Amino acid sequence: MDKGPHGHVERPSWSPYDNNGGTAVAVAGEDYCVIAADTRMSTGFSILTRDHTKLFKVSDKCVLASAGFQADAKTLQKTLDARHQQYQHKHNKEISCPAMAQLLSNTLYYKRFFPYYTFNLLGGLDNEGKGCVYTYDAIGSYERTGYSCQGSGQQLVMPVLDNQLKSASPLVLPAVSSATPLSEAEAMDLIKDTFASAGERDIYTGDAVEIIIINRKGIRKEVLPLKKD
Amino acid sequence: MLGPAPGPPAAHVPYAGESSVPGAAGHKFDVPVDGPAKHTNDPYVTGTSVLGIKYKDGVLIAADTLASYGSTIRYKSIERLHKVNDHTLLGASGEISDYQYISNLLEELATDDFNHDDGLQLNPKEIYAYLTRVLYNRRNKFDPLWNSLVIGGVKNGKSFLGVVGMIGAAYEDDHVATGFGNHLARPIFRSEHRPDMTEDEGVALLEKCLRVLYYRDKQSINKVQVAKVTEKGIEISRPYALASEWSYQAFVDPTKGAEGSW
Amino acid sequence: MAAVMVEEAAGFSFDLCRRNASLDKLGIKPPNVRKTGTTIVGVVYKDGVVLGADTRATEGDIVCDKNCEKIHYIAPNIWCCGAGTAADTENVTGMISSTLELHRYSTGRRSRVVTALTLLKEHLFKYQGHVSAALVLGGVDNTGPHLHTVYPHGSTDTLPYATMGSGSLAAMAVFEAKYKENLTREEAIDLVASAIKAGIFNDLGSGSNVDVCVITKDGKEMLRNFETPNPRTYNRSKGYVFPRGHTPVLSSSVKKLGDLVTVEDASPAAGELEAMEVDQKP
Repeated sequence: MDKGPHGHVERPSWSPYDNNGGTAVAVAGEDYCVIAADTRMSTGFSILTRDHTKLFKVSDKCVLASAGFQADAKTLQKTLDARHQQYQHKHNKEISCPAMAQLLSNTLYYKRFFPYYTFNLLGGLDNEGKGCVYTYDAIGSYERTGYSCQGSGQQLVMPVLDNQLKSASPLVLPAVSSATPLSEAEAMDLIKDTFASAGERDIYTGDAVEIIIINRKGIRKEVLPLKKD
Repeated sequence: MLGPAPGPPAAHVPYAGESSVPGAAGHKFDVPVDGPAKHTNDPYVTGTSVLGIKYKDGVLIAADTLASYGSTIRYKSIERLHKVNDHTLLGASGEISDYQYISNLLEELATDDFNHDDGLQLNPKEIYAYLTRVLYNRRNKFDPLWNSLVIGGVKNGKSFLGVVGMIGAAYEDDHVATGFGNHLARPIFRSEHRPDMTEDEGVALLEKCLRVLYYRDKQSINKVQVAKVTEKGIEISRPYALASEWSYQAFVDPTKGAEGSW
Repeated sequence: MAAVMVEEAAGFSFDLCRRNASLDKLGIKPPNVRKTGTTIVGVVYKDGVVLGADTRATEGDIVCDKNCEKIHYIAPNIWCCGAGTAADTENVTGMISSTLELHRYSTGRRSRVVTALTLLKEHLFKYQGHVSAALVLGGVDNTGPHLHTVYPHGSTDTLPYATMGSGSLAAMAVFEAKYKENLTREEAIDLVASAIKAGIFNDLGSGSNVDVCVITKDGKEMLRNFETPNPRTYNRSKGYVFPRGHTPVLSSSVKKLGDLVTVEDASPAAGELEAMEVDQKP
């Protein structure tokens, strides 16, 4: 019987959760939404792969970014995809981004007592064609905002976004648009710099960042390499 | 942390929601309909790292043939590379009995495919997705299959290589490794591997990494197998020995020229 | 008044161990310490020893120094890479280098690597692993080149190639795959740099640049930032310049200082100044 350094018997133990790291950022403008996540997947101090996408395209106007535990994120994506197919069969149209936002909240809260260990951002265009970003906690509390970030680099990135993009409180009356005043190109510039900075100081963020841009012309993707250390 | 955990396997413990009243809804009898618990709750007999790389014509997967009992070298000829079908290969590390159970599941899948008699077989990515779900569902029951699995294959000219961990975390890459291999082999893969390597180059790279693992992973031996998956099918080598080097002067006489406190 | 002289005990103070244990029970955490989640290595070659280190220092999962120095001075002919708690590696190498300096004054001989090794292991063993320094010690003395590892509990190894820190496995994989006997200086530097890069790129606790130190019987050569393989990949085109007036002024008021205080000339007289300068001389 193996005795550990503290005298008691050491049995192999396991945890149903792991943190595979990663950072996601999303910015909404008047007529676009940019949503981005790095591609590093790690466990502990090891990199599992440098090329794992955290972005999931729900529809042509809706993209989900999930950091945290990869297996839960994958299951969440599969569940949402199945629910989206059922929706399309029932309603003969793609789901809207605000509707998917509510569905994601419900799906997360459904596992309130054995949560998906995922940190989610949902970005896209709403029914009026305006950019929207929804930000969540692991068990489904959510809010529509103009910009947000989630994951291991959240504490580093959020103050920078607040400083650069500070938008009106959702509580003020009369209601003010939650979209940020930046142009699409300015938003891209800020997001790229944000990931380069997070990669400098957060050990779980790096390798590359995938950026998806959704606007009235459609949906496209850019990839920027990051530091690999 | 792998290690021996002697003592009898734990008795069946009811899951939450499972009744302990005989005959009540949800009650499981001592010998439940789906048979007695087939697994151990912690690993007993285990295999160490599995390595895999993509190369010019497909995928190469390698592992040693040791099944340890804790830190005892217990079984030295356990083959951990398994042909799933004509174009998919599985390499398993972790609990050997759980691996054999998983092999049975895959055997049943292959039999189902055969019985359809349409010549179709599951492709490597489908096997990978299936195993991801099997392992994830078992972790959801707090009753994991204690394995890391490497799945490799070639179908319709496309190579596939992926890993699934014991709690269902899975990823694909051009080169993969489980367990200690993640710490010792992948640094070498990252600097020396190319997806357009020839078979000889690929085998040489895998042997180099297996040798490093033999030097530094105490749960490994130098008796190994390498398997090849190409469009033409699967070949698994017979187990063979790797040469090793122990004759450095510094190892023979480390204190030469300076006696002291070591 | 009669002063009571209490003799200070030598060594660290352990007075607060019991208090700390009871605070720990209450769930009060001690302050975070800076760890050099690290890759450090060394190799013996034909004419000497080559040491190497990465330059990342971390506090938990945050990088707190992107270009720190982990190759510490022990003696002119002996250097030491440190992994573990930064304060411990810096202080323990400093204490041993000070002891060796005094030893050289009294013996007039060059320090030996085995002396440094013995001082280090005695100190670390005394503190039973609480001084968390994991070291790669290398140097050249009258008996030739030597390389050792020292573990936090005080055990030591004598090796032709050595690695330590969170990146030790990645670096050791490179050594086990590429080491051969009687390396030349260039081959040894190359091998050390690739071992460090294996740590930088595969271990999240290690990163940034490669530091190398070559020690021969003729002296040492410190190759600080020998390689810098991690440049930033993007910079925001418009930067983060905040133009004057960026922060809105909500209100302002001006008070004249002269109305509130009396101003006197307080510059010292010429004689006083000279006296002060004399005082400062040793």
